[in-house]
Amino acid sequence: MEELFTAFSYTFMIRAFVVGIAVALSASMIGSFLVLKKYSMIGHGLSHVAFATVALALTLGSAPTLFTLPVVALAAILVLKINEKASVHGDSMIGLIATMGIALGTVLASLNGGFNVDLYSYLFGSILTITRIDVWLSISVSILIVGLVALFYQDLFVLVYDEEYAKISGIKTNRLNVLLAVLTAVTITIGIRVIGTMLISSLIIFPMVTAMQLRLSFKKTIVLSALVSIFNVVFGLSISYLYNLPSGSTIVLFSGLVFLVVYLVVRLLSLGGVQIEER
Amino acid sequence: MKQTTNIKVEHLSVRYGKHLAIKDVTFEINKGDFVGVIGENGSGKTTLIKAILGAIDVYKGHVTIEDNTKVGYLPQNIMRAEKIFPATAMEVALMGLLEDKKFPKIITKKDKKKVIELFEQLGISSLLTKRVGELSGGQQQRVMLARALISNPDVLILDEPTSALDSVIEQTFLDTLKRLNEENHTTIVLITHDLATVGEYINKVIYMNQIVEFVGPFDDFCKTMSHSPYIHMHSKNACGHSAIEQERRP
Repeated sequence: MEELFTAFSYTFMIRAFVVGIAVALSASMIGSFLVLKKYSMIGHGLSHVAFATVALALTLGSAPTLFTLPVVALAAILVLKINEKASVHGDSMIGLIATMGIALGTVLASLNGGFNVDLYSYLFGSILTITRIDVWLSISVSILIVGLVALFYQDLFVLVYDEEYAKISGIKTNRLNVLLAVLTAVTITIGIRVIGTMLISSLIIFPMVTAMQLRLSFKKTIVLSALVSIFNVVFGLSISYLYNLPSGSTIVLFSGLVFLVVYLVVRLLSLGGVQIEER
Repeated sequence: MKQTTNIKVEHLSVRYGKHLAIKDVTFEINKGDFVGVIGENGSGKTTLIKAILGAIDVYKGHVTIEDNTKVGYLPQNIMRAEKIFPATAMEVALMGLLEDKKFPKIITKKDKKKVIELFEQLGISSLLTKRVGELSGGQQQRVMLARALISNPDVLILDEPTSALDSVIEQTFLDTLKRLNEENHTTIVLITHDLATVGEYINKVIYMNQIVEFVGPFDDFCKTMSHSPYIHMHSKNACGHSAIEQERRP
C-alpha cells in the first residue's frame, strides 16, 4: 500500500489518474447510451480508425490527438449516415471501417520503419506519455460530455428506448444521433493515451453492462455505470503500477473481472430468492 | 350543430422509395369520435397513422391537426422493451410529458405525482417501480397507455393495441378507452384487424386499401361494404352483431 502512495509523488502517475478518471467518466456516460442503442461496437470500429490516424500523424510529425479527433468524428458520422440509409448494415459498416483502419495504420507504420515505441504506446496505452495538454484536454472533454448528457438526458433516454416515439415527440433524433457519434469520437481520442486504440472500446462497454446486471432504474444505472468505470480505471491503474503491467490491458482485465463477479453474485442472489428492486 | 374537427387529412399520399403506400387519402376525424381504421396487412393503416403523427415524410397532400390539439400515441409492438433494459414503468410513463417541455427538459415532483395518480386510475400502481422489460404484455400495454394519456391528449391514436392481449385483458382495455371517450370526450383512433371485437365501441370506420375505400358510420360500413371480401374474411361477425343490435333497438 505504501508503494501505491509513493506513486502520487510522481507527476506522470498523478496525470495518469486524472486523465484516467476523466476518460472513465466520459466513456461511461457515452457508453451507457451506445450500449442501450446497440451501437457499442461503433467504439471498437472508431478506435481502429484512430489507430490509422495516429500512425499518419506520427508519419507526418503532427500531434496525434488533434489530428485524430476530426477524422474519427467524420468516420463516426459516416457510419451513422450509411446505417440510416440502410445501404450497408451498421455492424458490417463498423467491420469495414475497423479493418480498413488497421490495414491503413499497419501500412503507414511499415512505411515509417515499423512499429516504433510511439505507435506501440498509442496501441495499448502508456501512462508515461501523458502530457499536460492531455490532462487539460481530458478534463475539459469530461466536463463537456457530462454537461451535454445532463442537458439532453431526457431526449437521449427516449432516443435509446424508442427512436420512433422520440421522433413523434418532436425530438430531433438525427441531430441527437450525430451528437452521440461526435462525442464517441471525442471520448475515443482522449482515451487512447491511457488505454490505447485497441482497448478503448472496453471502457465504453464494460461499465454499462456491469451496472445493468443490478436491474435498477435508468438514472441509477447511468450513475452506477460512471462509478463502476472510475473504480475500474483507478484500481486497474494502481495494479498496473504495483506490478509493472501495461496500463490499458490491466484496466480491461480488471473491468472484465468486476463484470464477472457482479454477474455471478447477482445470479447467485436471484437463485437464492433475493430480489433486487427499485425503491 | 357543427362538429369540431380534430384531424383533417387531405389528398394524402406517402411513398417508400418507388412504392406508393397510400394514395390520395382524404377524411376528417371529429372531436369525440371513436374511429376504427381497418384493412388488410399492407393496406397502409400504420403508414397513415405515422404520417398523421409526423413520423414519416408526406409525398403529397396535407395533414392538419387543429391548434392546441394534443395527440397521444400508443405504438404497435409494445413488447419492444427488452428484459434487461434499465427503465422503470414510471420513467417510461414520464416520457409522455416531454413534448410539452422546453429545453432543458426537467422532470418535476409534480410530474411524478401526476404519473402516480394516473397509475392509480388505471389500476396499475403496483407497477410504478417495476422495470418495463420484466412486465407481461398486458402490463406493458397499460404502461404505454399511461405514457400516451399522461399529457391529457385530445386525440389518442392506438396501433393494434390489443393484438398481444388475451381476451379478458383486451375487454378491460377497450372498456378503459370507452370510458375515456365518453367521460373525457377523448377522440380515439384505433387501428385494428379485429372489427368483431371493437365493433360495439366505434362510431366511425375508415377502411384502407392504399386508398380510403370507405369512411363513415359503422352501420353504413356494414351495409355499403357487405359485398366486400374483407367483410366476409374479418368483419362478418362484427356486422352481424351490429345488425342484431339494430334489431334490438326500439
